[in-house]
Amino acid sequence: MHLAYPLVVAALLFSIGVYGVLARRNAILVLMSVELMLNAVNLNLVTFDVWWRDRLHGGQVLTLFTIVIAAAEIGLGLAIVLLVYRNRRMIDVDRLRDLAEEPDEPGGPEGAAPAAGDGGAEGERTGERVL
Amino acid sequence: MTGQEIVFTLLGIVAVGSALLVVTTRQLVHAALWLVVSFGALAGGYLVLTAEFVAWVQVLIYVGAVVVLLLFGIMLTRAPIGETADLDSGNRWVAAGVAVATAAVLITVLVMGFRDAYTPLEPGGGSADQLGASVFRTWVLPFEVLSVLLLAALVGAIVLSRSDIGPEHEREDG
Repeated sequence: MHLAYPLVVAALLFSIGVYGVLARRNAILVLMSVELMLNAVNLNLVTFDVWWRDRLHGGQVLTLFTIVIAAAEIGLGLAIVLLVYRNRRMIDVDRLRDLAEEPDEPGGPEGAAPAAGDGGAEGERTGERVL
Repeated sequence: MTGQEIVFTLLGIVAVGSALLVVTTRQLVHAALWLVVSFGALAGGYLVLTAEFVAWVQVLIYVGAVVVLLLFGIMLTRAPIGETADLDSGNRWVAAGVAVATAAVLITVLVMGFRDAYTPLEPGGGSADQLGASVFRTWVLPFEVLSVLLLAALVGAIVLSRSDIGPEHEREDG
């Protein structure tokens, strides 16, 4: 089997994942695109393990490890998304702009500092005012 | 083109096509279901590449667990079931440009670099027998570290998602 077939499929999957991470607004869809990118890496690892005929099966064992790490990542990521949803009532990554610098903000850094310290409700109010 | 290459090409077309639908569909639940198709086709690709154990782990963990977790996340964030217009952000054309550039660079480099790389596919190389032996002989220390990492991720997910523990002012927000 020519090695180009799995490599091209992996490259296409990775770039589709890049598009999804950059273009999607919903945080859960961003997590799905990250999974697509991880799967592309897994396909590359399996391909090169088969090509080199590694006696220790380093590529396939690393694929298993990556799958486990992806499962842990999706669990923590969803917990964070649920926490954001509980505080903000929305998970649009475009509108989570509390950490963005606003050059035309009249308060400047003095106005932003207490909002970051107060957390939850105050931060949400600042976010709405900026929008 | 050998038979293996034809089968892998068909599976790759299914995987890439459903992945495209994942990032372009307007319905959240459909995106999760197309993800099942993509991961399933990729598991078939692992089977063609003689990595049987990785294929079954892919089916078990990705198709079984990760997609169910994502569907739970969609349900718990009260996402709309029907079509929603605002799933894409404003910079989607920039994102498409970046993705096309990434694909062009990766495919050019990989195809030029591995132009004459052929591998015969012999069954048995990725069986659970051989993979288990190498996990528990050579790679046993990373395996144990990974189990500690899973435990830490589990504890972290519980701490993040419970609302009755944590600092005082967060509890008042409720």
